[in-house]
Amino acid sequence: MSSAETSTGNSLKITGGRLYDGEGSESENIALLIRDGRIAAMGEAASRTRADETISADNCVIAPGFIDLCCNLREPGNGQKGNIASETRAAAHGGFTTVCASPETSPVNDSSAVTHLIRDGAASRSPIRVLPVGAITRGLEGDLLSDMAGLTAAGCVAVGNGSRGVRNARILRRCMAYAQTFGLTVMFSPENQALAADGYAHDGLVTSRLGLLGIPEVAETAAVMEMLLLAEETGVRLHLSQLSCARSVEMLADARRRGIAVTADVAMHQLAFTEDALAGFDSRFHVRPPLRSESDRKALIAGVREGVIDAIVSQHQPHDTAAKQAPMAATESGLSSIESVLSLGLELVEMNELALSDLIRALTTGPASVLGRTARLAEGEPADLCLFDPEAFWAPGAQTLVSAGRHAPVTDRELPGVVRLTLAEGRKAWQQPAG
Amino acid sequence: MTALLDMDQLLDQMETGLRQVLEHRGVESPVLIGIRTGGVWLADVLSKRLDIEEPFGELDISFYRDDFSRIGLNPRVKPSSLPFDTEGRDIILIDDVIMSGRTIRAAMNEIFDYGRPASIILATLIDLGARELPIQPDVTGRKLALDAHQRVKLRGPDPLRIELQEAGQ
Amino acid sequence: MTANDASPHHLQLTRDGQLRHFLTLDGLDRALLTDILDTADSFIEVGERSIKKVPLLRGRTVVNLFFESSTRTRSTFELAAKRLSADVLNLDISTSATSKGESLSDTLLNLEAMASDMFVVRHSQSGAPHFIAESVTPGVAIINAGDGRHAHPTQAMLDMLTIRQHKGQFEGLKVAIVGDVLHSRVARSQIRALNVLGAEEVRVIAPGTLLPNDVESLGCKVEYDMTRGMSDLDVVIMLRLQKERMEGALLPSEREFYRLYGLNQEKLALAHPECIVMHPGPINRGVEIESAVADGPQSVILNQVTNGIAIRMAVMSMAMGGQVAERQHKLSERGQA
Repeated sequence: MSSAETSTGNSLKITGGRLYDGEGSESENIALLIRDGRIAAMGEAASRTRADETISADNCVIAPGFIDLCCNLREPGNGQKGNIASETRAAAHGGFTTVCASPETSPVNDSSAVTHLIRDGAASRSPIRVLPVGAITRGLEGDLLSDMAGLTAAGCVAVGNGSRGVRNARILRRCMAYAQTFGLTVMFSPENQALAADGYAHDGLVTSRLGLLGIPEVAETAAVMEMLLLAEETGVRLHLSQLSCARSVEMLADARRRGIAVTADVAMHQLAFTEDALAGFDSRFHVRPPLRSESDRKALIAGVREGVIDAIVSQHQPHDTAAKQAPMAATESGLSSIESVLSLGLELVEMNELALSDLIRALTTGPASVLGRTARLAEGEPADLCLFDPEAFWAPGAQTLVSAGRHAPVTDRELPGVVRLTLAEGRKAWQQPAG
Repeated sequence: MTALLDMDQLLDQMETGLRQVLEHRGVESPVLIGIRTGGVWLADVLSKRLDIEEPFGELDISFYRDDFSRIGLNPRVKPSSLPFDTEGRDIILIDDVIMSGRTIRAAMNEIFDYGRPASIILATLIDLGARELPIQPDVTGRKLALDAHQRVKLRGPDPLRIELQEAGQ
Repeated sequence: MTANDASPHHLQLTRDGQLRHFLTLDGLDRALLTDILDTADSFIEVGERSIKKVPLLRGRTVVNLFFESSTRTRSTFELAAKRLSADVLNLDISTSATSKGESLSDTLLNLEAMASDMFVVRHSQSGAPHFIAESVTPGVAIINAGDGRHAHPTQAMLDMLTIRQHKGQFEGLKVAIVGDVLHSRVARSQIRALNVLGAEEVRVIAPGTLLPNDVESLGCKVEYDMTRGMSDLDVVIMLRLQKERMEGALLPSEREFYRLYGLNQEKLALAHPECIVMHPGPINRGVEIESAVADGPQSVILNQVTNGIAIRMAVMSMAMGGQVAERQHKLSERGQA
């Protein structure tokens, strides 16, 4: 850019650090100049420019801002479990600059009025970008189609049924056929409700020993198979949310080989934990789909590594304390996870289960492509980025967590990966307090 | 020190003492109850010396101790065994060492839960004094005054011998 | 990578390995289970005296907290507590507060005010006593009187006491558990106890619909055919079958179940001649077991009741003792500090 030699108002320069672009390439020690919400210059040109503020990224990784395909902001809702302001701030603390807001709100996001409510709330109170996902059936009940075209016009980026399955295959087929008409992406959590029944934990070793009510793997794999067949027939762009089984990854890879337009994501906690996490009846790890076996975990990681699974999501589900303090069967499912996603991922990198470039891809360009967007660090692109120190540690707990939900996956030890700075369209969405 | 405590001599002393008390009280067919574990070994020896044919009883006072709220339950508790009906009987209660008197109180409480005896005679091998309850043995092998750091312990059953321990050993 | 290690056995033992809660048999070793059986033997002797009471828990309050009603289990716990000279309070919560929306945490807060020393908990949800043990004031012992499908450790231990009385030891024993293992907290605890105490073989005999996934991982062999499963048995434990199982499409009919998995004299004849027959009760005659067998010479179903009181006395006094020891430990630590 021609004006790069002279400084103009409100510019920020980041120097040093390792830059990952989300497509696998990395460069050391490259400077970034940010102005007017965009990346104004990179490299030499940026180095030469004076800026109003300069931030050193020594020891840090600079990556595109993370994109979360599944996040519960709990708004609209009664506020006990969090709201747009608290949860988007938590997301920024986790390095995210874009979150898809799950339609599972109260009331459900099944009308353009609710979509507008979310967008207005985000516009005034969120430091990051919020992309609503609309409910594909009214009230997420799985019976009647919602006004999908209307929802899209109001700003929804996809339609789905939240974490709830659609009981009736005939309705599922019609959901897909209707969404396909308008070229919408549909997001479904594959779960056969009859097979899952009243279960709440993986039907395996730990469940047998502790006498918990199990959800068998086939509750997921049967649904995956059904959805893949219906997607193939209707031609809809299908996104499978939060896979948990090795067999699902196999079927997904197979469907993609046959050219079906299907993408998928996995929640970070499925990559980091197994059914063993429930051994002490730890209700925090009551999640859905349930944490499964070690071989499932390994297959899911391989799926991310090989790109069969496009994205890692937080599946952030903040709760009030009471919702998690009860015998497991009486608790609500979900972790307050969005602030721990990066750290848990870095532990996988540390253990050589995942490369850092795979992790960043699955948090940036992977989910971006599911949404038909980009996540590039290049001149002229929006300045959505995060800067984190992979070697620094932090202790998740009441003092450090921003989310209203205190049930983070790890609270008894320190985790690697401190987010120093999150920029959303050039604005500081999160900056690590000094000291 | 060990030389001062000749076991045979102590047992002679107990036997003589018991014969006197029994005669004095006019008790004709007493039964023996030993408090686990030392008292049981002594009851075995004394039942032979006193020609008591009836098998002696064994008492485990773990359930009756008054220090449960300080030390909890003795993990090696064994069932008490009284192979006779205590109701209306004259009982010789035997323990190795008496000090505070708390063990004897617990033992008497336990005996009464089996029935109401006619009388109880208390015999101990060694009396260390330092009583905390108004309980006195009728018969004692020997009185001993220990220094604060010393402990005695009866080892057995065969041979029976008394060990004097210095604290911290 | 595993989550925070909060396995049950850390919760129920003191630092020096004494019992302080009794929630599950998981994590308890053979020495401790043998201590429980030995202590129970001593309490059986107490039960034979004219005054069947010892002063161990005098002045302490035991609350029977039954979120799921069971008169039988509750009365044996009540009797056990009274024989230990404790004050006993029975709270039947199955029909009151919690079913009307009060959370378990709130119920507990209310109960804390009663300054009790021990909660005996029966709950329909697996892990409830564990949850209570984690949230209750330190010093209060929790005894699991049956939680969901998870565990019923006192029932399993009284069964072990019965087996030891008849067989002397566990080494070399072949034991079968027959029937609805899937829904049975008793079976889970029994399989665990038998494995820890050294039984040679534990078999479960049931149709596939009544067995949990990966049941072998609990430490047992699976046998679908009862006639084959009965051979060489030293002990056969029959489980109660709930009528609801027919409605959930787990079984076609009681008649078919009885024909295939009910215990009658012909099937019992296939076992070792000295094989004993057990049942945690209450018995469904003609569903799990033939009357002639239930009342027959090999049945030890009745003396399981006496043992039940003794085991509960043992566990209650040991757990209370552990809490006491721990409190003393903490006090002396504070004194030194």
